[in-house]
Order: sequence, then structure tokens, then C-alpha cells
Amino acid sequence: MKFIDEFRRSDLAQAVSARIQQRSKTPARLMEFCGSHTVAIFKHGIRQMLPPTIDMTSGPGCPVCVTANTDIDKSIALAKIPGVILATFGDMLKVPGSYSSLQEAKAEGADVRVVYSTLDALAIAKENPDRKVVFLGIGFETTTPTIAASVLQAEAEGIRNFSILSQNKVCPPTIRALLDLGEIRLQGLICPGHVSAVIGSHPWDFISREYGIPCVVSGFEPLDILQGIEMLVAQIESGQSKVEIAYRRGVRPEGNRKAIEVIEQVFQPCAASWRGIGIVPGSGLKLRPRYERFDADLAFDIQPGPTREHAGCLCGEILRGVKTPADCRLFGKACTPENPVGPCMVSHEGSCSAHYLYGEDHGE
Amino acid sequence: MMGNKILLSHGSGGKRSHDLISKMFRSAFDNPLLARMDDSAVLDLNGRVAFTTDSYVVTPIFFPGGDIGKLAVCGTVNDMAMMGAKPLYLSIAFVIEEGLLEDDLRMIVESVRQAALEANVQIVTGDTKVVGQGMADKLFLNTSGVGVIPEGIDISGSNARAGDKVILSGTIGDHAIAVLSRREGLSFSTDLKSDCAPLNHLVSQMLQASANIHSLRDPTRGGLATTLNEIAAQSQVGIRIEENQIPVRREVRAACEMLGFDPLYLANEGKLIAMVTPEDAQRVLAAMRAHELGKDAAIIGEVTDKKPGRVTMTTAIGSHRIVDMLVGDMLPRIC
Repeated sequence: MKFIDEFRRSDLAQAVSARIQQRSKTPARLMEFCGSHTVAIFKHGIRQMLPPTIDMTSGPGCPVCVTANTDIDKSIALAKIPGVILATFGDMLKVPGSYSSLQEAKAEGADVRVVYSTLDALAIAKENPDRKVVFLGIGFETTTPTIAASVLQAEAEGIRNFSILSQNKVCPPTIRALLDLGEIRLQGLICPGHVSAVIGSHPWDFISREYGIPCVVSGFEPLDILQGIEMLVAQIESGQSKVEIAYRRGVRPEGNRKAIEVIEQVFQPCAASWRGIGIVPGSGLKLRPRYERFDADLAFDIQPGPTREHAGCLCGEILRGVKTPADCRLFGKACTPENPVGPCMVSHEGSCSAHYLYGEDHGE
Repeated sequence: MMGNKILLSHGSGGKRSHDLISKMFRSAFDNPLLARMDDSAVLDLNGRVAFTTDSYVVTPIFFPGGDIGKLAVCGTVNDMAMMGAKPLYLSIAFVIEEGLLEDDLRMIVESVRQAALEANVQIVTGDTKVVGQGMADKLFLNTSGVGVIPEGIDISGSNARAGDKVILSGTIGDHAIAVLSRREGLSFSTDLKSDCAPLNHLVSQMLQASANIHSLRDPTRGGLATTLNEIAAQSQVGIRIEENQIPVRREVRAACEMLGFDPLYLANEGKLIAMVTPEDAQRVLAAMRAHELGKDAAIIGEVTDKKPGRVTMTTAIGSHRIVDMLVGDMLPRIC
């Protein structure tokens, strides 16, 4: 399959792996920010192909995992308001908030519907004029353009019973917040490919410039990731720090202008709460005043009640890269994909799920 | 217009029920055992008997390559075939939601008839219930089946042995993606058809080629990964598969890439995996490839004595990973 098979060739992968083994002398901790990278790294067994000098750490980049309990609780409370249909991407269904999940709310009678695109949520709104349809806006820059487009379409078509509960987030401010915490020392960062396809590679410049950390934007096939690691190793060994793109077929330095414009037209930055990291200024997106009537936060009186965290769950630390799933005493015991305690085990793109499903250690 | 919809009175046990049964079901599945119309079919069976039951709930009830009726016959026939049994008789129970179009029911009955003909089984008893709107999703079917196991056949999920080759009969995931492509809210088009088919004739060809088939199983819900895990656990063996050897259609891979699914976990309705001694593996493979339903068969791995109960995979790029069971439903990803 074009653009897939050629990036999974064993001979090429082995050759890149051999070059990394040969070149890498300096012990280096590399972080992949993005959850899709984490899954791909585990699914393809990439860690096994790296020399002992390279320590791969997973970052916070799973949109489901980083959603704070307060926001999940809010979504559940909203779903329970009579007359509301809450449309969401499937990933969010099972994530436990403080006391329950959207899945449990659905079982108790809330009208929660899984959609595959925001436009499906708009279609539900059109089919149910007497109900209020709220789309749960979760995701990074990758998904935000389609959510913004749905608001514009709702406006153009005069759909009045549609709104967005925006929990959308942007990545660069959070990487800065993570680095400013000073808990981890990174020698290289694999920057998210899908996010960069929208915003380009320039928004990562500050990481190499201000923090001296080499960055490579990588795709999601095994060869993409190996190439990204090889480019990081080359920078590390030659003492450089710059932003490079190992995903030219998907990412341009300036990004996708049209997608950026539609985001900027509909949304404006705000502070957002990230699981494990806390409130990061400028890392969230809320609807601009012109589109306020599509803002579910303003349209409904949402009463989520008090928030609590799950005892013993290390998701927060794992998302910051300071702990690994194996450090969590719940991992593989009280917390498994069948009975997840924290979002990192629920989400397909979560670190714990990737470690559990594809790793070698099940905590046995 | 009401005349062509199923009404609650079709399930009342009165005249309407009798009409439905005789015009719709009895005429379609006609055979001497059913024609007696007694409370039970009386079967003449000798030797070891395989007996199985399954219920079918699928949305939508019509999908590319089949419908719920074909699925119900093939599923139960295949469950018997996976024990090496010769399937003989089926029961079929219809739980119909009030309002189902009679024409739709007739089409499903016809495909039940066709599938039974293809599998060479007879439908000898059945049941009909009609429930109110909203109490079922158009139509639920339950089929049970009995078959006989020929002398000398001992096939079980617990019989896999270290050294056995793992043979897969063809491409995986066709059924799941074909059904998904027609599901509300998923707007991608594909020419892909469900692989839904009765596998008993393929199995009988395999059994003629070798007496050393240890395990057979059709990887339905949960897909190849889950089925291999079941056999690994039942037989207390390890199973190592090769990603590059697993046949997956291009369209299925494309849909998986788009939705964030893994083909290893997608449902199949006309595929089987076999654990066969290494000496007989090539002979069984050749027999499978000679059959229409096994023409894409491939040896995808082997049974080992390492890590009993665990399935591992050599990935396309040459590294290794665990292949665990499916947990819950696969849900499309956000990113």
C-alpha cells in the first residue's frame, strides 16, 4: 500500500537501526510527545531496535489522557441534562472521571452517541430539532480544524440546537510548561506529526532555541520514527539543536494555512487544565465571542460537583515522563484494559495501554 | 401498507403466526423432518455428536456479501466444522421487531435457505417471536446445530502442540470492514464484501489431506488475535506469528489506517486457523489452497513451548511484540 508498505520494510528498518547503533555514543533521553507515536513505537517494537544509549520516554500527547478529571466530570454532568444529546469521539467513552464515565452515564440513560466526525454530530442536530446536541471537543490541533469547520457550517445552515463543549488543547505551550517544570532532562524530542501537519514545524523552534533540545517532526510508520531518531542522534552527536522534519510528505514548515485560519477564526486561546501538569496558560481553545452561541459552557448550567483523583494512579506522573507504567503499583494488577483505573490505560494512545498491550512486562 | 410489515400479531400464536410460519419458513426450509411439524424434530444420529448454539445481532442486517440470515447459518455450521464435525441439522429462532418489512424478512429467509443448501444442512425446527418496537433491533436470530464427528477425529482448541504450524485460510478483517462501511455515521465506501461462508467443505478437504490437524477455530469476533490467545491458553502453549505472512486486503488495511484499527482484532465470518503438525502442514496448505475458501491460505506462524498462554508476533520490521486479546470494542481514535 502506497505510503505504508515502503515505511515498514524490514531491510530498511534494520539498516537504520544499525546506523543508530553505530552512531549513538552519548546517553540520550528522547521523548515522543505524541500518543500515536507511543503506540507505534510499542506496536512495531522500535525500542528493541535501539542501542542502550537511547532511553525513550513517552510524553503527555494523548488528547484523552491529558483531559483532566474536572473536564470529564463536566462532560458527564452535561450528558445527564435532560434533552441533551452528547456526541463524542469513541475514545472518550470509557475514560473514568471522578466518579463515573460517559459509558456509565449512557448505561444510566444519558443520550451519549459515538460519532466519527464532527459533521456526524451536526447531522444528529439536524435530525433532532427538538433536542440540544453538544459535541465534546477533545483533541489537539489535528482535530480542531474540523470542529471549527462544524461551527462555521452550523452557522451557515442556521442550525440552532448545536454547540461545542470545547476542551480542545494546543501543544506548544504545554511542552514549554513541561520543560519549565525541570523534572526531566531531555536530549531530544520527537515532535508530533499530525499536529505539525496543521501548525507546521516553526512552533517548535523555541524548544531548540531556548532549551537547546534537538527536535525532529516524525511520521507514524516505523521507518518514519527510526529516521526521526537517527536524525536526533545525528544532532546530539554533532552538538546541534535545531528543528528538522522527517515527515516531509505530511508536514511543511509553515503548516496548513487554511486549517490554521479556520481555527483562528472560530477559537481563541485560553488557559486549560492538563492532567498531571495543571493549568497551562494559552494551552486551551475557547469559542470567540462571535460564535458564543455555539458554546455549551455558556448555554448550559453544568454542575459537575467535586472532583477527586484515583488513589494510587500515576497517570499524572506518567504523562509528565517522570514515571513509567512499570513504576505504577496498579499497572497490570488493579489497572488493566479490562478494568482501567486511569486514562493512560483506557485510551488506545495511552502509555499504559501501549505498555500493557504490546510490551513485554504485564506486571506479572 | 401495514400488510407488508411484521405486526405483533404475527407472533401471537394464532392464524397470522401459522401463516407466517407456513408461507415464510416452512416453505423455505422444506424437508421431511420439518414437514412433520411436531414439537421436536426426531433425529437419527450415530457416534459422537457435536451440538452448538449461537445468537446473531448485527447492524445493519443487510451488508455487502451477506445478511444476518447467512451469518446465522454459517456461524453455527462453522462452530461445528471447527470440531471436525459434519454439520447435519440446524434450528433457527427468529426474534422479530414489530414493523420489520415482510420483504426484508423474506430476503433473509431466502439467504438462510441458500446458506443451508450450500452448507448441506437441513433446518429441522424453529421458533418465531415478534416483540414490540424498540425491544429488538429489527431482527435477532438464534441458530443451534447438531453434527456428527467422524471416527478418529479429535480436534480441539486444547490440542495444539509445540512445533505445530499455524495456518490461516485467507485474508482477515473483510467481514468487519464490510459491515462497518455500511454502518450509520461511517462514511467511507468500499467494494469489500463480507467473507461470510460455511467452512465445513473446506474442513472436510483438509481432513482428507491430514489426520494430524490438532486445532481448528474460526476467528470471528475478537479476530485472529483473540482466537490465537484462546488456543494458546487452552493448550498451554506459546504461539509466534509473523506479521508479514498474515494476508490482509489492501482495502482493509486502508480502512484500519484511517480508523486506527488493528486488522488482527477485526471479525471474520469465513476464515479459519488450523494448528497442524509440521510434517503435514504443506499438505494441508495445498488442500486449502485448492478450495475456493482457502485459496489465500498461508502459514502464519508456529506453536512453541515458550511462554505458555502468550501470543507474540514478529513485526514487519523484524522486532517482536505481544499480541493480546481484544479488550472491549475497538473504537475509532481521535488523532
